[in-house]
Amino acid sequence: MSGWPAPRRRTSLSNHHTVSASTTAPGAPEVYFDPVRQAQRRKRARRDALVGMASLLGFVAVVGFAISRTSGWPLVQETFFNGTEFLATFPGLLDAFLLNVRIFLIAEPLILLIGLLVALSRDLRSPLLLPLRVLATLYVDIFRGLPTILVIFLLGFGVPALQLQGVPNNAVFWGTTALVLSYGAYVAEVFRAGIGSVHTSQRMAARSLGLTSLQTSRYVVLPQAVRNVVPPLLNDFISLQKDTALVSVLGPIEVLRQAQIDASSTFNYTAYVGAALIFIALTIPMTRFADWVQARMRKRRTMAGTA
Amino acid sequence: MTNTLLEISGVWKAFEGHSVLRGLDLRVAPHEAVVLIGASGSGKSTLLRCVNGLETVDAGLILLDGDLDVTDFYTDMDAVRRRIGIVFQSYNLFPHMSVLDNVTLSPCKVLKRSVSDSRDQAMALLQRFGLAAKADEYPDRLSGGQAQRVAIVRALAMEPELMLFDEITSALDPLLVGEVLDTVRELKMGGLTLLMATHEMGFAREVADRVCFLDAGVVLEQGTPEEVFGSPREAKTGEFLSRMLK
Ligand SMILES: Nc1ncnc2c1ncn2[C@@H]1O[C@H](COP(=O)(O)OP(=O)(O)OP(=O)(O)O)[C@@H](O)[C@H]1O
Ligand SMILES: [Mg+2]
Repeated sequence: MSGWPAPRRRTSLSNHHTVSASTTAPGAPEVYFDPVRQAQRRKRARRDALVGMASLLGFVAVVGFAISRTSGWPLVQETFFNGTEFLATFPGLLDAFLLNVRIFLIAEPLILLIGLLVALSRDLRSPLLLPLRVLATLYVDIFRGLPTILVIFLLGFGVPALQLQGVPNNAVFWGTTALVLSYGAYVAEVFRAGIGSVHTSQRMAARSLGLTSLQTSRYVVLPQAVRNVVPPLLNDFISLQKDTALVSVLGPIEVLRQAQIDASSTFNYTAYVGAALIFIALTIPMTRFADWVQARMRKRRTMAGTA
Repeated sequence: MTNTLLEISGVWKAFEGHSVLRGLDLRVAPHEAVVLIGASGSGKSTLLRCVNGLETVDAGLILLDGDLDVTDFYTDMDAVRRRIGIVFQSYNLFPHMSVLDNVTLSPCKVLKRSVSDSRDQAMALLQRFGLAAKADEYPDRLSGGQAQRVAIVRALAMEPELMLFDEITSALDPLLVGEVLDTVRELKMGGLTLLMATHEMGFAREVADRVCFLDAGVVLEQGTPEEVFGSPREAKTGEFLSRMLK
């Protein structure tokens, strides 16, 4: 309590008005919290935190005890949560996961680029550029309708089978390309929704100031559209992180493939659990970050709404 | 021609088969302040949007300064809009830009002025309208009156020959209307040609050189504020005014 500035004058409900009127007077505090109320609030917050913690721990203890008492538990533990197996396979899994990270880091910027270009092409009005518009629409229609794994099979096994000159034969290359094409179609739609979410009055205001259609898109519509789609884009990122594992069907040793190899050689599935932990360790922070961004944007929007 | 900055003649405009403007004629002289009044739906906004080329007309002519035909299919609309400013009821500031960037955007990109020149000019304008302290704020931190004044400054930065105002005080808290009307008075004093739609009869009476009453798609009656408000010739004008002033 001693950390709070002492009030400069006595406050009570009866002279409340004089206090608020004097806030501009020299020497009056900028903000002033009643120290008693402040202490009550903090005490309540501390108590709530303690009760919450205790309740959570109790819950975990009860559920854990119940599970460990079931008859099948020792076998489950041996098969999925085997300590020695975990220590033996985990370093190799981490190593293999680097390939997932590489696929993700290469695919994501390309997806954003393709998504944005396709979204823009679909809204072109110039008759000369009609072919581009048709192509973009076809692309989105086709790739949004195909299961990602089917695209991976088609490109990863199909294209190398053609034995074309100068076309790479590499599974990682085709797997990544398939992910880019599949996610590009989704992200294009996200961008398009973002462009649509910018009110037409913004475009009208920009045009009425003499900006050309292109300048209006570049300086007024797109910056707002991109801001609006950050949360859904982050969700797609999270989804892509997981889907890098789909490339395993083509054979490259990424984390899922590695876990599969480990598991099939020992008939123990702890490696799969290890792989799962790695994915979760990456997606949980991403999810929290996406939530945080979304909450922040909602707050800004409500502030703008009341202005 | 020298005495007409804007000449509107025989303009028709229909939406979905229903004609809003029916051969409307109107002339605006340089430095004149003309106020459009009329019932809701009488076509005031439509007329202003046609003048700025935001809406195409079905028939008729809109000439700016005797040489630029706004209605001509081959006219470059961006060129028209460089010479005519418009401010809307909803301020339509760009929310992702600071006040200063809102004002400098089109001078920089459209008039190709240097960044420092546009900033100097924008700051001078903001200063003139008491907004200099807000230059670095974002639009969501402004009051409605401030936002509308920024919108006016943004349009002014293009140095238009003609300024269109479409009910620029309608979205405002009554307490904030005054500061925006002061701005308009100041512009009129500066000699800017103004064409405005409004529901504020008191303001129309005070600032207008000429008041035009729109009804059934034409200017039914026009004259000085004293004439139109004092002794309207048309029965419909009188009805409208008594409803508005009630
Ligand atoms: N884009 C549009 N599409 C269809 N109808 C429209 C459109 N714009 C205006 N209208 C119609 O045209 C008529 C005139 O509208 P306008 O907005 O010009 O009237 P106004 O005089 O400005 O009215 P208010 O005083 O309410 O602003 C209305 O009946 C309106 O519904
Ligand atoms: Mg209107």
